[in-house]
Amino acid sequence: MFTMKFHKTAAAAAAVLALAATAACGGKEGSAGDKPKDQTDEKALPTYEVAKDVDVDSAVLKKAQKRGKIVIGAKADQPYLGFQDQSTKKYSGFDIEMAKMIAADLGFTPKQIEWKTVDSGARETTVSKGDVDLMIGTYTINDERKKQIDFAGPYFHAGASLLVRKDEKEVTGPESVKDKKVCSIVGSTPLQVIKKPKYGAKVTELSKYSECVSQLLDGQVDAVTTDDAILMGYAAQNSGKLKVVGKPFSDEPYGVGLKKGDAALRKAVADSIKKHEDNGDYKKAYDATLGKSGSKFKTPPEITEK
Amino acid sequence: MNVLLDNLALFREGFLGTLWLTVVSALLAVVLGLLIAGFRVSPVPPLRIFGTLWVNVLRNTPLTLLFLVAFFVVPKVLFPGVDSFVLAVCACGFYTSSFVAEAVRSGINTVPMGQAEAARAIGMTFTQTMRIVVLPQATRSVIPPLSSIFIALTKNTAVAGAFDNVDLFNIQKTLSNDGYDIAVIFIWITLGYLVITYAINGLFRLLEKGLEVAR
Amino acid sequence: MSASVLFDAPGPKARFRNLVYSVVGSIGLAALIAWVCYRLYDKGQFAGELWDIFNYAGIRENILEALLSTLKVFALAGVFSLVFAVLLCVARLSDHKPVRWVAVVFIDLFRSIPLLITIFALWVGILGHMTPMWALVLGLTIYNGCVQAEVLRAGVNSVPKGQVEAAYALGLRKTQVTASVLFPQAVRAMLPSIISQLVVTLKDTSLGYIILYPELLYSARLIANNTPVGGVYPTVQTVIVFGAIYISLCLALAWLAKFVERRGSRSKAGIVPAGAKELEEAAAPAAPETKGPGGAAPPSK
Repeated sequence: MFTMKFHKTAAAAAAVLALAATAACGGKEGSAGDKPKDQTDEKALPTYEVAKDVDVDSAVLKKAQKRGKIVIGAKADQPYLGFQDQSTKKYSGFDIEMAKMIAADLGFTPKQIEWKTVDSGARETTVSKGDVDLMIGTYTINDERKKQIDFAGPYFHAGASLLVRKDEKEVTGPESVKDKKVCSIVGSTPLQVIKKPKYGAKVTELSKYSECVSQLLDGQVDAVTTDDAILMGYAAQNSGKLKVVGKPFSDEPYGVGLKKGDAALRKAVADSIKKHEDNGDYKKAYDATLGKSGSKFKTPPEITEK
Repeated sequence: MNVLLDNLALFREGFLGTLWLTVVSALLAVVLGLLIAGFRVSPVPPLRIFGTLWVNVLRNTPLTLLFLVAFFVVPKVLFPGVDSFVLAVCACGFYTSSFVAEAVRSGINTVPMGQAEAARAIGMTFTQTMRIVVLPQATRSVIPPLSSIFIALTKNTAVAGAFDNVDLFNIQKTLSNDGYDIAVIFIWITLGYLVITYAINGLFRLLEKGLEVAR
Repeated sequence: MSASVLFDAPGPKARFRNLVYSVVGSIGLAALIAWVCYRLYDKGQFAGELWDIFNYAGIRENILEALLSTLKVFALAGVFSLVFAVLLCVARLSDHKPVRWVAVVFIDLFRSIPLLITIFALWVGILGHMTPMWALVLGLTIYNGCVQAEVLRAGVNSVPKGQVEAAYALGLRKTQVTASVLFPQAVRAMLPSIISQLVVTLKDTSLGYIILYPELLYSARLIANNTPVGGVYPTVQTVIVFGAIYISLCLALAWLAKFVERRGSRSKAGIVPAGAKELEEAAAPAAPETKGPGGAAPPSK
């Protein structure tokens, strides 16, 4: 009897597997779910002139040129900044545009970019190991990280803020989070700040911001904290349900992460950022991506890491 | 700089987090596991089916997926506002309970058939047969696999670190953010786990010795 | 012992009582399922749009790709861990004390370290540069190799002493005894445990998320988090779909095990005492229950 039952279960299992396999063929075209194209104004995106015969004295770049591809680490779950549509596998957002600009100046067309999704906690390791050539994903420049890798930039200035549900009345800023549940990712800086007695929040640590947002929508937490630019993106993605409140309570200058000690590449990247900030590509890219989330345009910060 | 001495409080918090999570989940797993094993050998078909389903579903699902269910499906659909420690205990405990149930069932299988037959012959009911004759004998052969199940549980709690629980594994993130050498951090964390797993091992050896009978 | 030995063939009273229990049990079970379904329905989780995402070719390809990367790592780790296990087991049973000691320490150490840490440490570069895939494969190999080695050892120890003595008496060398007498029988005796450990290996490929290896669960999380429909994240739907895939994979593997076992046991059908067959049958999908004289039983995960 046992064997009989077992046969049936196994047959059912095989059927599900077969379904999964056949399912791969065919199906609707296009992207599933809410249309991520709302996040970027494709027409307004600038195109970047790809430099030819780039000669920079950098081991990382030389390797990439030999490979014919540059590997760039990006975020995949931050709408308007670094977002990957799961049905088309295409990346979009402001960080992605920055990456395309820089890659163009290093001699790579958008098609020659190999994107790699890198979660926040894995960024330093991925860069220092050389799994990615450049890391461009809401990457705050700070001293601890500078011990392990180098930065070029900053190209954008963000600050930690709070995301709450639309009908939230009590949480209006970092001063009013006492004993409220605030979510962020494991080991992130804004979380360490808001945990301190001065603010006194109860923290919830998960591994992705999008999971925090999901918990916020479910009512499991009262607020999500991280950089305002990221939060604006989520607020816009879930328009009518979430809002960003309070003044930024920290400085988060975003830079491009690269392998420690590669001064030539760092300079090339910094120059590239400067060039596009000056020639207007930066603003155009911003307006077509992050600007659509409601983040106001700010003049890019002065480049200190070069 | 010495990672351990500089961050003793953090290590303590992580160690206790792992220990606490392990102990509470283990208790839950034993209670559930015994219940499910009982279901699986009971004369009532729906209970048997429930037991089989429980074991097959939980044993064949990755723990991380169970954590996703616990943290993103349960609050959304069933019980909003549950504490994350409780959710983690449920995920670990339910998962482990399926292994405990199977270990107990195999243990029951090792009790000689004559014992149950004799129990029946003197007129014991199913519950009596189980409670007085079979389970006490099954316990002896269940102890060794149970020990490895709990050691596995200790290690599995590391998954909880990514889901809002402070444990030995996730303090690693805070420490490496502070710029400590990752290799040294790992050595101390590993030692923490070794302490717990060896304690479990020793405890069960003692239990085994205590229950030993010459046969 | 089969379940039926535990209770008498029910008489009319007991039959009635069992019927009552059955009805109550069934109603309870049905009520539980109905309640969960109602809550899902109530929260709009059965809305067609939320499930529609799996109708898109892109999402399906995405799942298939992830499935293939999971299977790839599983295949590599499965094979390597078994090979490694044989080596470790031989070392563990070696006549040379130092070799034995090294094996014991190695096995004990890596069985006690959470796999998550082993994988992470390998990826970070404790042993030099490693891609996520190889870090995952190597981590799984080391850990499961240790567990499987202990399983094998328990199997070797279960072979009656007389067989080894007979083999030596025939003039076989130690290698021959191990390869042609001990291991074939050990593998056969331990097949259920070996397979259940392989199921664990398959499930543990999901730990690859920590080092960004794009396996099934990693892709599940991205799909759930990046494909909101009307502002609702399809977490429930994704969990159900991916859960079904994992459970099917594991059951398929268990089925394969049964199949192999039945083929393997046919040849010895004549010697097996009547009761043993049933015992083996009942224990097949069970957690490893064997225990070597060394006191170490193979952990189930």
